[in-house]
Amino acid sequence: MNAITPTEPRSEAAAPLADSRFTVPGMRCAGCIGKIERGLAEVPGVASARVNFSARRVAVSHDPALDAEAIMEEIRKLGFEVERAADNPLARDDAETKRLMRALAVAGFGMMNIMLFSVSIWSGADVVTREMFHWISALIAVPVVAYSGRPFFTSALMALRYRRTNMDVPISIGVILATAMSLYETVTGGAHAYFDGAVMLLFFLLAGRALDAMMRGRARSGIAALLGRMGRGAQVIDETGAARYVEAERLAPGMLMLVAAGEALAADGTVVDGRTTIDASMLTGESDPRPAGPGDLVHAGMINLGDPVRVTVTAAAQDTAIADIARLMDEAGQSRSRYVRVADRAARLYAPAVHTLAFLSFCGWMVAGAGVYKALTIATAVLIITCPCALGLAVPAAQVVAAGALMRRGLLIKDGSALERLAEADQVLLDKTGTLTLGEPRPTNLQVLTPQGRAIALGLAQSSRHPLSRGLARALRESGVEPAAIEGVCETAGTGMRGTLDGVEVALLRPELETGGLAADLLIGGFRTRLAFADPLRPDVKPTLAALEAQGLPVAIASGDRFEAVAAVSRELGLFGMAAMRPADKLALLERRAAAGHRVLMVGDGLNDGPALAGAHVSIAPGGASDVSQQAADAVFVGERMMPIALAVKVARATMRVVRENFALAVLYNLAAVPLAIMGFVTPLVAAIAMSGSSLLVVGNSLRLARAAGKEEAA
Amino acid sequence: MTILGFLIPLALVCGLSGLFFFFWAMRTGQFEDLDGAANRILLDEDGPQ
Repeated sequence: MNAITPTEPRSEAAAPLADSRFTVPGMRCAGCIGKIERGLAEVPGVASARVNFSARRVAVSHDPALDAEAIMEEIRKLGFEVERAADNPLARDDAETKRLMRALAVAGFGMMNIMLFSVSIWSGADVVTREMFHWISALIAVPVVAYSGRPFFTSALMALRYRRTNMDVPISIGVILATAMSLYETVTGGAHAYFDGAVMLLFFLLAGRALDAMMRGRARSGIAALLGRMGRGAQVIDETGAARYVEAERLAPGMLMLVAAGEALAADGTVVDGRTTIDASMLTGESDPRPAGPGDLVHAGMINLGDPVRVTVTAAAQDTAIADIARLMDEAGQSRSRYVRVADRAARLYAPAVHTLAFLSFCGWMVAGAGVYKALTIATAVLIITCPCALGLAVPAAQVVAAGALMRRGLLIKDGSALERLAEADQVLLDKTGTLTLGEPRPTNLQVLTPQGRAIALGLAQSSRHPLSRGLARALRESGVEPAAIEGVCETAGTGMRGTLDGVEVALLRPELETGGLAADLLIGGFRTRLAFADPLRPDVKPTLAALEAQGLPVAIASGDRFEAVAAVSRELGLFGMAAMRPADKLALLERRAAAGHRVLMVGDGLNDGPALAGAHVSIAPGGASDVSQQAADAVFVGERMMPIALAVKVARATMRVVRENFALAVLYNLAAVPLAIMGFVTPLVAAIAMSGSSLLVVGNSLRLARAAGKEEAA
Repeated sequence: MTILGFLIPLALVCGLSGLFFFFWAMRTGQFEDLDGAANRILLDEDGPQ
């Protein structure tokens, strides 16, 4: 796929290598490329690593035994934030972009060569030369139109089949009519052939399509990913007391499951025996692991962090809470697909108007007694002049520029329609955990540790994936602590990490006495230090909220968390808050607001936000969100700051302003050019100049956005 | 004007070779990482080769 890879996979790796991709937004310079590629190449099990700097991605080719989580940890150790990227970047969208690029290249080739002949014809070639040049143009133009026009023809046919009309219908009719007229002209030895106009039209329009396709993110496949989070099966204990493995689909209510430490539950159920802590973050979005004992309800997808427990199944397979979420997301996503892009809305008005105009000028000239041939030539000229070249190019050009500016500021927009919907948002709903807050516990009293204590804490914490360890490691790494080289580090699930440093026993353990709140004990020798943890608010919450309010977007909190936790945050930030909302409640809230005529921007991260993200008018997820939420959302912001949300709304609105200006320019251009075409003054030369002139004008106008965004960046 | 018989095919061949070169470049992923190439030149030679 990538021919310029200098790091060939090592030959000793006989087993087939797995490929994983990661997004590393923090790469800024050549040094970062070198650091990541060399650092990863030294990791055992990694065959090669290749950075794609433009996409801020790393492709790692590695031993299948090494899992993605471990590689992400290695990248974090190199000092970079990392998220998992799409598994399959060469999906359908990419193929579509490539097809459009090829069509664009062919149209560009045709346009330049035909223009070569057209210019000599316009500068007054004599009859024999002109006819020969027309024939050569036809030989180039017909295959080019057939090849490059396909994206438009198929889409127009599809629209006509459903008795609708879109932008592609007038384009296709214009191009086909112009080509057919020019062929007739060539055969009969006429003076005016529009081959250059037809091909140029295709070229400009394809440029717009290619820009639009390049911007589009991957297709949404959230549902499959969601169900993948559920445990695949469970150990079931039968009457005789023997345990056997049963797959998730075959579990039935009444069965007794044995859930080991670290295992994901495969069905909903009630704990009957044992005490443990459960990570329920994927359903509730709440980061604190919560205790569970006999009589407590647990759900599929939750992870048992502590000791083994026995659970009686109450709901399995398609009846679990997580399967419900998947269904809700599926239904919610369908309302979004009814959104009509602004260019298509314009086309609904535009296409009938253009067709009527061309038809009327044909009729008019027939009535005036000009003959079928002349009337048809003029109708063709009207169609070519009015073809929505400027529109087809102007909207994607503005959106690509805006998306590029936002990407540099840490917000990835998935497609152009997301920008359009973002500009329309008039309310914001925020999830709490992971959206307003960082979504992971951070130590609150690091100052109690000595520098050596910090190094030991990092040395222990960086080898564990427990949420507390990860938060601790991250906070320490950010404050520039280097890890101590601890020997024999081992993790006991539910207890903590142990190791030795220079013969002294060190450990990071769960507190022996429950003290309320999250905490961990750092043991050095016999000396015990208590570390307290909390999930802090993002650093720039207040300015972001102020910026959103300033843009006329009222903000509210909709959280699945406990009432007291939400009340504390909403009091601190002065926001209206709703607590203890289940996924269906959030979706119902969105539907009520949509019914009241509001367009809600939903920002959330947890799986429990999935349906709301899919159902909201427009949605944004933080980079730390679950895969499902990132797929359901229209945009993803990376890093700890949430200012990109406010910025995105601002840029989206600026983009729509430019798009409206472009529409106005296109209308003005038509007002000037169409009367000329109807009166029959438009020759192929005039058409070529008018078309390229108007396209340059709107593209130039769109590019102003880059300057505006650049100024913003400097400020 | 006989020179046209030579120049026109020449122009077309030039254009076509450009087109095929572009197709080749796209197929082999030359456009995958445009900014990366500009930065890689700054990396030291004792890289991950």
